[in-house]
Amino acid sequence: MTSIDAVWRAESRRVLATLIRLLRDFDRAEEALNDAFLAAAEQWPRDGVPANPRAWLVSAGRFKAIDRLRRKARFDRVAAELALADEETEMAPEPEHIADDRLRLIFVCCHPELPPDAQIALTLRETCGLLTEEIAAAFLAKPSAIAQRIVRAKSRIRDLGLPYDVPEPEELAVRLDAVLRTIYLIFNEGYAASHGTELVRVDLCDEAIRLCRLLIALLPESDSEAEGLLALMLLQHARGAARTDRAGDLVLIADQDRRLWNRSEIAEGVALVEGAMARPVLTAYVIEAAIAAEHAIAPTAEATDWREIVQLYDLLRRADPSPVVALNRAVAVAMRDGPEAGLREINAILEGGRLDDFRYLHAARADLLRRLGRRDEARAAYAAALELTHQAAEQRFIEGRLNELQD
Amino acid sequence: MRYLCLVHFDGNEVFGKLDAPGKIQLDIDSLGYNEELEASGNLVATQALQSANTAVLVRVREGRVSTTDGPFIETKEQLAGFILIEARDLNEAIRIASGIPLAKLGTIEVRAIYDIPRHEGAAP
Repeated sequence: MTSIDAVWRAESRRVLATLIRLLRDFDRAEEALNDAFLAAAEQWPRDGVPANPRAWLVSAGRFKAIDRLRRKARFDRVAAELALADEETEMAPEPEHIADDRLRLIFVCCHPELPPDAQIALTLRETCGLLTEEIAAAFLAKPSAIAQRIVRAKSRIRDLGLPYDVPEPEELAVRLDAVLRTIYLIFNEGYAASHGTELVRVDLCDEAIRLCRLLIALLPESDSEAEGLLALMLLQHARGAARTDRAGDLVLIADQDRRLWNRSEIAEGVALVEGAMARPVLTAYVIEAAIAAEHAIAPTAEATDWREIVQLYDLLRRADPSPVVALNRAVAVAMRDGPEAGLREINAILEGGRLDDFRYLHAARADLLRRLGRRDEARAAYAAALELTHQAAEQRFIEGRLNELQD
Repeated sequence: MRYLCLVHFDGNEVFGKLDAPGKIQLDIDSLGYNEELEASGNLVATQALQSANTAVLVRVREGRVSTTDGPFIETKEQLAGFILIEARDLNEAIRIASGIPLAKLGTIEVRAIYDIPRHEGAAP
C-alpha cells in the first residue's frame, strides 16, 4: 500500500492533468483518476508495480472513464457521442503531451476569464493536490466558500469552453503574469507548506522549477520576469537540505550549515540574476532573486551584506509596495542597524493594520523583542504567531522559543 | 474524510410529476449509484427513509419524555435519505453528491463529519 501512496503523491496531479486533456472535463477526470488508483491498489500488489506507473494510470483512468460513459450511454445521448468520439480518435497518451499537460492545466486554472481568487484556489487544488479544507485554512476562509469558488470556476471553464492548451506566442506574453504568479505560489507552498507535518514539500518545489524551465523554453524571446523567477526559485531551493535538521525541525538561515547548500543551483541562479540585472527594466522577481543571491554568496551569516540587501529591498518596495515586502525590509534593517531600528519599522507596519493575521510578522517582531531582552512582550508576540501557525515544524520552533523565554 | 450527504426533496412534487416507469427508473438509478459508490470505495453507509409524515419527534425535558408527530421543520423539502461517504475533500464530496440521482429533483446537503473529541480526565 505504501508504494501506491508514494505513487499517488508523485504522480496523481500529472495523471489528472493528462486525464483532463483526454476527457475534456475536470470532474470526469477526477473520477477516472480515482478509478485508476483503485485498479492499481487491486492489481499492483498481485502483478507488481508497472515499469511506467504514470502511463499505466493514464491508460487505466481513460479506459475506466470510457467504460463509465458507455454504461451511461444507454440513457444519455451526449455520453454516447463522447464515448464514440473517444473511440474514434483513439487518443493514446503520447509522452511529449504528458510533459506539457501540467502547464496546460495551469494556463486553464489561471485563465483571465476566472476571478483571481478562484484562480488561486483552483490551481492549488488541481495542480498542487491541496485539499479544499487545507486551502481554506491557508486563506482563513470557510471550506464551503472555497469549495464553491472551485465548483464555479470549473463550471465557467466548461461553459465558456476555455481551451485546455498553452496559448500561442503572441497571447502568451499577456497571460504570462498570472502563470508566473501561480508557479511561484506552487513553489511557496512547497518551500514553506502552509499546513501539515512536513515543512518542505520538495516535490512541489521541483515541479515549480521544472514548469518555469518549460515555460522559458516555450517563450518566443527571453523574458526577464520568467528568468528572474527561475533564479529566485533556484536560489531558495539551493538551501533546501540545510533548512531542516534530522528531526524535521526548522533551522534559521544564520544557523544553517552552508556546506549543504546546492552550489550548482546557486551558480545557475546567480548567473541568471546577473544577466537580468544588466537589463534596463528591473522586475520584482529579479530584485527578489538578487536578494536571495546576496544570501547565497555570503560565505558566513556574519559576512552577509545587509547594506546591499536593504538597498535591494528599497528597490523592491518601489516595484511591489506590499506590506510583506516592507516586513522583510524591516528584518534586513534590523540586521544592518540593530533590533531597535527593525522593531520601529515592524511596529509601523502593524499600525497600518494590513498584516495583523500574518504569522511571520508576529514571529519577526517576537524575535526582535527577544533580542532586546523584552521578554514579556516577546512571549506575547510568539503566542500571537503560534495562534496563526498551522504547520507542525513552525509550531515546534515557536514553542521552543516560548519555552526558552519561560524561566 | 467523511461527509454526510443528506437528500432532501418534496415528495408530493416529485412523485406527482413522475409516471410509473419514471419511478421505477429512479429506483434503478438510485440503487445503481449506490453500487457505483461501493465499487469506487466511497460508500460508507446509505439508507432511504420512509415518508416524513411517519416521523416521531422525541424530546426529554426535566426527565419527562414527550413525543410529537414530525416532521421537524415545516418546509416542502423533507429529508428523504442519506449517503455517508468517504472523500478526499469537500470538492470531491460535492462531485459525488452531484451524481446522486435525486440531486436532479431535490437538494443534497453535504456536511463534513465532526468527530466528538474525547476529553481526558472528564467523567464518561
